[in-house]
Amino acid sequence: MTAVAQTAARTDRSAAPAPLTAVAMSGGLDSSVAALLLERRGTPVVGLSMLLWDRSQQVRHGRCCGSLDLGDARRVAEQLGLPHYTLRMDGEFRRHVVDPFVDGYVVGRTPSPCISCNTEIKFEAFWERARRLGAGRIATGHYARIRRGAGGRYELHRAVDESKDQSYFLFELNQEQLARALFPLGELTKTEVRELAREAGLAVAEKGESMEICFVDGGVREFIESERPDLPRSPARVSASDGEDLGAGAPYYRYTVGQRRGLGVAAGRRLYVLDVQPEDNRIVVGGRDELLAPGLIGRGLHWIAGAAADSAVEVDVRIRSRHPGVAATVESLPPANGGSGTCEVRFREPQVGVAPGQAAVFYRGTQVLGGCWIERALS
Amino acid sequence: MPAPVYLDHNATTPLDPRVAEAMEPWVGGLHGNPSSAHSFGRAARAAVELAREQVAELVGGQPPEVVFTASGTEANNAVLLSAFAGEGGGHLVISELEHPSIQAAADRLEGLGVEVTRLCPGADGIVCVDSIVGALGPDTRLVCLMLANNELGTVQPVAEAAAACRARGVPLLCDAVQAAGKLAIDAVALGADYVVVAAHKFNGPVGAAALRIREGAGFEPLILGGGQERRRRAGTENVAALVGFGACAALASEELDERIKRLAELRDGLEAGLSRIPDARLHCASSPRLPHVTHVAFPGLIGEELVVRLDLAGFAVSTGAACASGVVEPSRALVAMGVPAAEALASIRVSLGTTNDEAEIARYLPVLAAEVEALRSFSAEPAARAVAG
Repeated sequence: MTAVAQTAARTDRSAAPAPLTAVAMSGGLDSSVAALLLERRGTPVVGLSMLLWDRSQQVRHGRCCGSLDLGDARRVAEQLGLPHYTLRMDGEFRRHVVDPFVDGYVVGRTPSPCISCNTEIKFEAFWERARRLGAGRIATGHYARIRRGAGGRYELHRAVDESKDQSYFLFELNQEQLARALFPLGELTKTEVRELAREAGLAVAEKGESMEICFVDGGVREFIESERPDLPRSPARVSASDGEDLGAGAPYYRYTVGQRRGLGVAAGRRLYVLDVQPEDNRIVVGGRDELLAPGLIGRGLHWIAGAAADSAVEVDVRIRSRHPGVAATVESLPPANGGSGTCEVRFREPQVGVAPGQAAVFYRGTQVLGGCWIERALS
Repeated sequence: MPAPVYLDHNATTPLDPRVAEAMEPWVGGLHGNPSSAHSFGRAARAAVELAREQVAELVGGQPPEVVFTASGTEANNAVLLSAFAGEGGGHLVISELEHPSIQAAADRLEGLGVEVTRLCPGADGIVCVDSIVGALGPDTRLVCLMLANNELGTVQPVAEAAAACRARGVPLLCDAVQAAGKLAIDAVALGADYVVVAAHKFNGPVGAAALRIREGAGFEPLILGGGQERRRRAGTENVAALVGFGACAALASEELDERIKRLAELRDGLEAGLSRIPDARLHCASSPRLPHVTHVAFPGLIGEELVVRLDLAGFAVSTGAACASGVVEPSRALVAMGVPAAEALASIRVSLGTTNDEAEIARYLPVLAAEVEALRSFSAEPAARAVAG
């Protein structure tokens, strides 16, 4: 066959090609097995690793941004016979994830950086980059499931493995993002995933979990201080909700709402952080009962499979990733009452630890209906 | 999918089967330390000295002038550090086209108090001899000018520069790593005091390189230990690699004219095809240059992304110096030439080799055109993105 004929033949075969799937490979167990499963399906796959947080001088183990992990990703891709490339995305990561995380602490909130990382980085910036390299879909090692519902809408569901489910962190995904995403691990348990890695002899089969915030090495406080060296470090006044002064604690950004341990002040009873007030450099503490809130005001209200009717929607809400969930009613507030995307969530029973900066994610059964960002607790 | 096509010979080259055959006895059976007095040692010594003659022949030097090293990088480092091994200070002149093994060594020396002048090439990718002469001062201890640039392939006026330097008593290091096997090298005619070549850039093995030191030129060894290489480079010789080096040098000497003709024909065919892709800008095409390198920009896309798409389509090319991959900045050489950053980032390099043929070029061109068009269909927005290594 001549060179030209070969080219023509290739073009013909690729007339209706299976789209190239870009799998986001961190070098961890989960994304490695996601790549393995895709490769076994016989679809064309390319492995892409994101260089998110470049401190190449530091060698770190077991975290998604450690440079060693990218070496593991490369190794797994080689084992699976996949082409593999590393994308520099540290600029986007800083802008969309790290800076908002630090800013959140600075204004007294409890940021949830993994959600922004999914919404802005993995399912947006990464997709944009993968698309330019020829990918038609992207896949990750998330434990969650995508289903086509009535009317062809894409639905997000909890993973089969309840203990590993990551759907909370994916609540901001929209229809376009879900349409091009694949979660090969959604139907598997962690045990099965590890077993698959072992059977395939993957180099990362025995790797541990990465549970902490990937870009924070030591304590959050040290991280905030290294990122914002000009931030005043004076100790916050710690006072009870009735105004009683309990003394000086650590700088205010050291505290998060609902925190019980390490308050830095002694009292005869168990105390929890009720409020962080950066403007007064003040921490308000109180008993657990004082943390109870009947609901919350949210912003950035998002419905995954389309907006619900204007009236109240019955959901199960989770107000942090490990929250067991509580029945609640979600009501979208008119724009006049605080801007679009504002909503009020009323719990059937009062809940402790409504922390501004965290997400409230709405479920019905296994399905994630949507969610919002917690602005404040209702009193 | 057919086997991938390799178009990145400036990164490294496949081993010539005849070279592999020459090395085979030293990989599979023979062993011996060339420093040993017994028969094993003598056999190894003879093999290394034959290689030395073959490499000396390739670069136009005498065998005793040839010092074997493990890499071109090592040889370049050794010369720079040797030139400033004496008392502190001094002045070094390099071109911005130089390989990182010279740039980084110059940075180190600068940190130690050496004054460094870095000369920009012109828009033609060539360093002007007058600028070199103008940079020389009473303290200048070394000038570095490569024979041919690794990214652009442009051939530098080394003979003229060396003559001007010699008239002022300044030694010149000529990094000829990319030129060997693709351009005749005559160390005497070049007049360079130090010439560096490496085997793996012309179908020899990795791990063998040579520094030709003109008889009488000064040299302080970088690597200390035994008395190998006439006390200029300690360490037991890598006999198998050196035998391969000798073999590829001998073949290159013998076949040079033929190779140049063949590579230039392939390159011209490739460049004729490139001219049919809209807004393809060849860099330095009318400068004196190596016969096998094509450097081209496709404004409106990102070269690193094009390299990935071509790789996925079965063609191995690069954006320039392999050592620079993973760095987001545009090529130092291109920026020094005055190419705008966006155009520099939109560039790729094809470097052909003796095993490429017309059929491969014919397959490459339509794929390239399609990938360029596909990438240009995306918004060309952020040029500062890159694919790391």
